Amino acid sequence: MKKILLCAIATFCLLSVSTVQSALANTRLVGSGASFPAPLYSIWFQQFSRANSDIQVNYQSKGSGAGIRDFQNGVVDFAASDAAMSEEEIAAVEGGVQLLPMTAGEVVLAYNLQGVAELKLPREVYPAIFLGQIKKWNDPKIAEANPGVTLPDLDITVVTRADSSGTTYVFTKHLSTINEEFSNGPGTGKAINWPNDVKLVRSPKNDGVTATIKQTPGAIGYIEMGFARMARLAMAVLQNKEGEYVKAGKEGGMKALASVEIPEDMIVWASDPAGKDSYPIVTYTWMVFHKKYDDPKKADALRRMVEYCLDEGQKVSDRAGYIELPANVVERVREASKNIQ
Amino acid sequence: MPHHTDPNTAEAGSLSRPPSKGDILFDTSFRWMTLAFTWATIFLLGYIVFKIGGQALPAISQYGFKFLTTTTWDVNAGQFGILPEIWGTLYSSFLALIFGGFFGVSIAIFVTQDFLPKSVELVLKNLIELLAAIPSVVYGLWGIYVLIPIARPVAEVLHSTFGWVPFFSTSLSGPGMFPAAIVLSIMILPTVAAISQDALRSVPLKTKEAAFGMGTTRWEAILRVMLPTASGGIFGALVLGFGRALGETMALAMLVGNSNQISLSVFAPANTLAALLALNFPEAGPHEAAVLMYAACVLLLITLLVNIAGAALISFMGPGGRK
Repeated sequence: MKKILLCAIATFCLLSVSTVQSALANTRLVGSGASFPAPLYSIWFQQFSRANSDIQVNYQSKGSGAGIRDFQNGVVDFAASDAAMSEEEIAAVEGGVQLLPMTAGEVVLAYNLQGVAELKLPREVYPAIFLGQIKKWNDPKIAEANPGVTLPDLDITVVTRADSSGTTYVFTKHLSTINEEFSNGPGTGKAINWPNDVKLVRSPKNDGVTATIKQTPGAIGYIEMGFARMARLAMAVLQNKEGEYVKAGKEGGMKALASVEIPEDMIVWASDPAGKDSYPIVTYTWMVFHKKYDDPKKADALRRMVEYCLDEGQKVSDRAGYIELPANVVERVREASKNIQ
Repeated sequence: MPHHTDPNTAEAGSLSRPPSKGDILFDTSFRWMTLAFTWATIFLLGYIVFKIGGQALPAISQYGFKFLTTTTWDVNAGQFGILPEIWGTLYSSFLALIFGGFFGVSIAIFVTQDFLPKSVELVLKNLIELLAAIPSVVYGLWGIYVLIPIARPVAEVLHSTFGWVPFFSTSLSGPGMFPAAIVLSIMILPTVAAISQDALRSVPLKTKEAAFGMGTTRWEAILRVMLPTASGGIFGALVLGFGRALGETMALAMLVGNSNQISLSVFAPANTLAALLALNFPEAGPHEAAVLMYAACVLLLITLLVNIAGAALISFMGPGGRK
């Protein structure tokens, strides 16, 4: 009995010593926010922590709004948001905020129609589906754009996010830009009051929407491209500003990003990108930092983290379903990251 | 041990001894302790109501009664109404009660009325109680990946054949009232079955023997004698099951479709208060948080009323309770 007790005490002491040691050696960075880039961030932070054994990054994907709130309350060292930050939100943080676009994503319209491998959706059609004006898959307007494709006589089930979400913000901002009726009706926001006459199902998070589309014949919904790829869902080919049909993917995404100039505060929206090869629904997603940290070691670790994501991180973007940042943007972000002190 | 000099000393040698000072002290302190815990529970409940009510106050004063009777939930426009959620909460729980209640009571009869060998009875009883240990999220996933694909062909047949019945007036769009209610009924099954079993077991054996003595068949004895005698307890079980169904969150958030519409059709997507709260809190701003607290108050009130009614029924009408 005594022996066991001694052993237990010894183990306990050893354990606590080792934790104290690792706590001394490690800088722990805690972040929370957007679920949209979360799959990519988890790859980045894992690789970064492996390459820098003295820094541990812990990221929780809670949603953009929750991340910003955590950041304002000082619970986390950095946040991530798809909807950037509003002026009031920035003003509520003492000492200034540095937003850095870290990666970009494409919102795709994934659908579930057996036997329809490629579906072209014209610019006036997909907002109308989400407004409830086009209710059947064999609607003449859809058929017209897809000659040779047999479209079933099936109700369209629209799948949207049930929780407040940056993805919804990006998608509705795009719809509001290209369709006046949408902007006057549902409008732009992280949570939307979708019209009542739509056959509509809401699911929580990107994964929930993905699962619902996969399970529901006749469903269409908006999700981040990485999720659609992971679930092998068919993605609609969308018509862009110049009237061209562009597939979701690396080329269309990079072209779209290149069409917008990044301003001083690093917040920019490509809500309807120009250029005939641009995929129409792309967005940057940001990490949010303080301009001034009390602990210089922490600021240094954060800068190293950003540096890693800009260099090594971008290389895995495409594989994970995100768009690599164009080289000139990487330079701008690297420059701005010096403001983190 | 010190020698007592009170009048009871005469009996000191016999088996029955008066309680020692230690026993008395233990008894009284235990009684006070339980009393304190009871009051602490009541106080805690009051504190929760006070806290949530306090945070809901701005929304209550702004939206008032209209909050309960309107149907729009539009964060952008600042319009909030929870009638579809109240409807969905009550409707889904009611449907769950019909299925879960029927099966729960049937199971209770099956397990308690000597249909099975004692050992099988015990296994079955434990298996049903095990259902209560499955996490809500697992039920939700099971609903999405197993139940909905199974339910789809059934729903299509029902909709195309009985489309004129309001309950089947829309086609199933995947998540909706039907899968949510089925999963809910499985979730309340352990509660209903366990309490109904207790109620049936506490009917005195003599009652049943007397019924057999009168020449009833087994089923007559069960349906005409046992069930009516245990009815108070069974009714209480149903009310508690209903209360459990009202507050269920995660499985519903995943299965109900979260769509703000009021429809009698069981295949239409709907929404519930608990799902609304769970999905909207994480990103709610201060104003929306107050509105959600108001919705939480409404849910709390509905659940409290149902549970109080259930508890009252069990204690006043159930066998073994006060008659």
